[in-house]
Amino acid sequence: MGKGKRAHFDSSRPPISSADIMHKPAGDDHHHTPPALYRGTTTTTAHDGGDPNAALEKSTDHLIEDTPIGVLITTYMSYFFLIIFGHIRDFFGMRFKKDEYRHLQAQNGYASLSSGFDTFYHRRLYMRIRDVFNRPITKVPGRTVHLLDRETNDFNKTYTFTGTTTEVLNLASYNYLGFAQSEGPCADAVEASVRKWGVGTCSSRMEAGTFELHLETEALVARFIGTEDSMIVSMGFATNSTTIPALVQKGCLILSDELNHSSLIYGARISGATIKTFKHNDSKDLEAVLRKSIAHGQPRTHRPWKKILIIVEGLYSMEGSICALPEIVALKKKYKTYLYLDEAHSIGAMGPNGRGICDYFGVDPADVDIMMGTFTKSFGASGGYIAGRKDIIDVIRLHNYSSVYSEAITPPVLQQIHTSLRIISGEEGGDEGHTRIAQLARNARFFSQGLRNLGFIVYGDMDSPVVPLLLFHPAKIPAFSREMLKRGIAVVVVGYPATPIITSRVRFCLSAAHTIEDLTYALQAISDIGDEMVLKVSSRPRPAIEA
Amino acid sequence: MSKLGTYAGPFVNEAARDFADSLVTAVNTTASVASHIYAKIPGSRIFARYVHASYQNDPYRSLLEACLVLFMIWYFVGKKHQPGKQNIETPLTEKEVQELIDEWDPEPLVAPLSEAQRMELDKTPVISGPSGSKVKLLDGKERLNFASYNFVGAMNQESTKESAISALRKYGVGTCGPCGFYGTLDVHMELERDLARFMGVEGAIVYSQGFSTIGSVIPAFAKRGDIIVADAGVSFAVQIGLRISRSIVKYYKHNDMQDLERVLQQLAKERKLKKKPLTRQFIVVEGLYADHGDICPLPELIELKNKYKYRLILEESFSIGVLGDRGAGVCDHYGIPATEVEIISASISNAIGSAGGFCCGSKEIVEHQRLGGQSYVFSASMPAMLAVSGIEGVKYLEAHPEAFTTLRQNAAVMRSALKKSLGQPQIVDIGGDVESPVIHLRLIHTSHFENRADQDRTLQEVVDEIIRNGVLVTRAKHVTDHEVINEPQPSIRIAVSAAHTKKEVEKAATVVAAALKKVLKARR
Ligand SMILES: Cc1ncc(COP(=O)(O)O)c(C=O)c1O
Repeated sequence: MGKGKRAHFDSSRPPISSADIMHKPAGDDHHHTPPALYRGTTTTTAHDGGDPNAALEKSTDHLIEDTPIGVLITTYMSYFFLIIFGHIRDFFGMRFKKDEYRHLQAQNGYASLSSGFDTFYHRRLYMRIRDVFNRPITKVPGRTVHLLDRETNDFNKTYTFTGTTTEVLNLASYNYLGFAQSEGPCADAVEASVRKWGVGTCSSRMEAGTFELHLETEALVARFIGTEDSMIVSMGFATNSTTIPALVQKGCLILSDELNHSSLIYGARISGATIKTFKHNDSKDLEAVLRKSIAHGQPRTHRPWKKILIIVEGLYSMEGSICALPEIVALKKKYKTYLYLDEAHSIGAMGPNGRGICDYFGVDPADVDIMMGTFTKSFGASGGYIAGRKDIIDVIRLHNYSSVYSEAITPPVLQQIHTSLRIISGEEGGDEGHTRIAQLARNARFFSQGLRNLGFIVYGDMDSPVVPLLLFHPAKIPAFSREMLKRGIAVVVVGYPATPIITSRVRFCLSAAHTIEDLTYALQAISDIGDEMVLKVSSRPRPAIEA
Repeated sequence: MSKLGTYAGPFVNEAARDFADSLVTAVNTTASVASHIYAKIPGSRIFARYVHASYQNDPYRSLLEACLVLFMIWYFVGKKHQPGKQNIETPLTEKEVQELIDEWDPEPLVAPLSEAQRMELDKTPVISGPSGSKVKLLDGKERLNFASYNFVGAMNQESTKESAISALRKYGVGTCGPCGFYGTLDVHMELERDLARFMGVEGAIVYSQGFSTIGSVIPAFAKRGDIIVADAGVSFAVQIGLRISRSIVKYYKHNDMQDLERVLQQLAKERKLKKKPLTRQFIVVEGLYADHGDICPLPELIELKNKYKYRLILEESFSIGVLGDRGAGVCDHYGIPATEVEIISASISNAIGSAGGFCCGSKEIVEHQRLGGQSYVFSASMPAMLAVSGIEGVKYLEAHPEAFTTLRQNAAVMRSALKKSLGQPQIVDIGGDVESPVIHLRLIHTSHFENRADQDRTLQEVVDEIIRNGVLVTRAKHVTDHEVINEPQPSIRIAVSAAHTKKEVEKAATVVAAALKKVLKARR
């Protein structure tokens, strides 16, 4: 845990000029013409949009660089040693520290609550670096975030709070458009709304929890997404997990991207439909699976499928990859299947008007049967929506479990959605929405280009506001996070099992609330740490360093 | 040369002999390398010595033997003739695949709405103004609210609203991240502490939606191969948890402890018989059953679960803030410490009057979910304003123990007034425990109705009539055909609140009874 001196992120620090980082992104006006580094990268930015061909080309930016062989071997070795030592410690621990192991074994006829690999992983890998996860915060998670300082005297088993807080630059929250705010038009509207509508609903939407405010906001959401109707659910996770069973049942097939979010998998599993996966964002593989599935029909009986639902995400938050929507829509039409698009991360954050992936690619939202998204990210609220044709939404209202059984979304949250949506769509606050969208797009390009220029292995598309940087070695996961914290920056690090064992990563979330100076500072810090930790292992060509 | 060599001699010409010799040399070197490696394997010496000896005696024999061994391996590893399987495995040609694809005619994504479903949607009440013991509907008229689960009137207290607003001014609305990734706020930890203290257990964990809570709690503990014995009357949220867990699920008759014991005995017997290894075993019940309004017999359940070494998972969304002197749920009701139950899960949106859900128990139970509770790990944390409302809600419960008495009195008044006004002959069944504020009214003479939809339609007429007369109630809504076990009979559900006066409760009872009589008389 970062016990050393912390260079607090100074929110009033004089801006470092971008010449301070090693390689200034090429081109004078880097915001608008980022260098074309890799095959398929275009020089148009999202907000120049409008040219559908350019948009199509963008979809080929899924750059996943291979892991260098040396890194591969040493990473496996690291895990090997971690596991070996973990087992050795367990071996002796079970003999000499019986008390600490008691809960792992069956006791008076009760099997242990957690078992096998789970607890081994938890005790021997997770516990050692627990301080880099779950860091509690206070106040608004905006451009900066206030961490509650904590200490441990027993190797992360317990923490005590010191009572102090540290303000650090926030590259961790999904605050894409910077709507996490305690002041301004949204907060004012929310305050008024609490006085008018109260806080709770105490009932489900179908029973006695539908307020006029729900209907108004749903109409607004539908207008924004460009669909006939929409419905709002009180939790993003539940939007997926309780809508999918309303659409497909036994005898139907779900084709799911292999990296789909847990909520989608949850929903698919309770639906009772057969689930098949296809390779991440690979429309060729999708087509192959589709052809085979339609031809063979249901397993064993070979009856034809009742319907097939393709489920994809707009922007994959762990990979930073943008869904190849135009190709998937073409396949969906060719094979008479239905398409479910989860825009949790892309709505608000992508496209020249912030209307998500369809906006980004210039795809007609009517070509997607189910448009899903959440309000937890770009809107600074919570909950999710389902948008689509009216007849579909009507059926979902009746069959969505959340709509029937769960508490309706509360008025303050609803108001935050309402006002932020109006700002994004320009119905309120004049140009503010567009400014935020443009700022995010510029920040995303600047930052991800900056990292690539520095020689890091970075996944994902150039336009993605989430940028994963590969760490590989397990020891670098905590080290990176702690070093960043020392330099006053909060980041999210993820390792196995959230990612494949080899590709542990740090994930930067950009925001319209960041300034270019913030990002320049962050790039400098990352560059320093990258040198220390030998992270600049990309073999891709870097732009010539300007003198 | 050995015998075999002599015999072979006449049959091989010179070239073949050269070839064989070079092979022999190859075998020679291979054997010496192999012997080094083999020497390290225990028992390999004997084998090596045998090979060596036979090679010295007759190199051609060794060659032949090697060939035999290879042939044997090829024979066993190679494909076997499998009659019947051959034809099925022939792959389809590209043309056939294309034909099948062209022929495929999928169903529409959704079926058109039926008349009944249309009605269901159109009749959903829309509230204009805050919710509370009274609500205004779109027509501008006020109704007594007997539909919301605002059991003790904690919802929308002035102090709650003020705290929520100060939270807004400190934290904003959304937390922009799951708990693990900088989404845990100090107010979340405070709410967890308050809930744990209120329940009298070590710790609690907060989820951001009530319905999804139990659906994550159950699969966090019960995995494939584990055993769950559940009450057949559990509500849909619990059923989802059971379905997703992949465990072996057995049901016992609703609230029937003898049947439970029978199931437990049977499972124990099976395990002994098949010598199955010890797995985790759970009993899943609700404190106050949402679909029935009756209370689980907790003392017997605890006795049985201890006897058969099961852990108890208790869903208390409708009993917390309702049952017991302190309102701490079914444990409080029976005077049993909550620590006797391993896992308690409940909604924060009902009696506590905010939103979200929580699970509480020992430290181990709680910490396990911070990595294993799906909708905890993979979903953004609850907005600070709602966490603060939750804190205020718990405070309200602690500060108003008299509200629970009032609530019970109101429930009793509602039941007796309903009985009195409905008179004889009975036309509906007034279900549930006397103390339950959730009252389901179910039609008795179901044979008078064509089907479920017909019952629903009739009950909706009753509800419409009740709403016209100044009281808001609702039919208990279900997703038809999705509930796996015993979909409850259609019902009108009355939710009594301590925020109502005795007069209001009596008035509501009269209105409900009158509407029931009117509509049902017209039916006959
Ligand atoms: C693709 C996707 N879908 C759904 C969700 C769940 O949304 P929420 O956090 O609002 O519950 C997430 C959140 O991380 C997500 O990434």
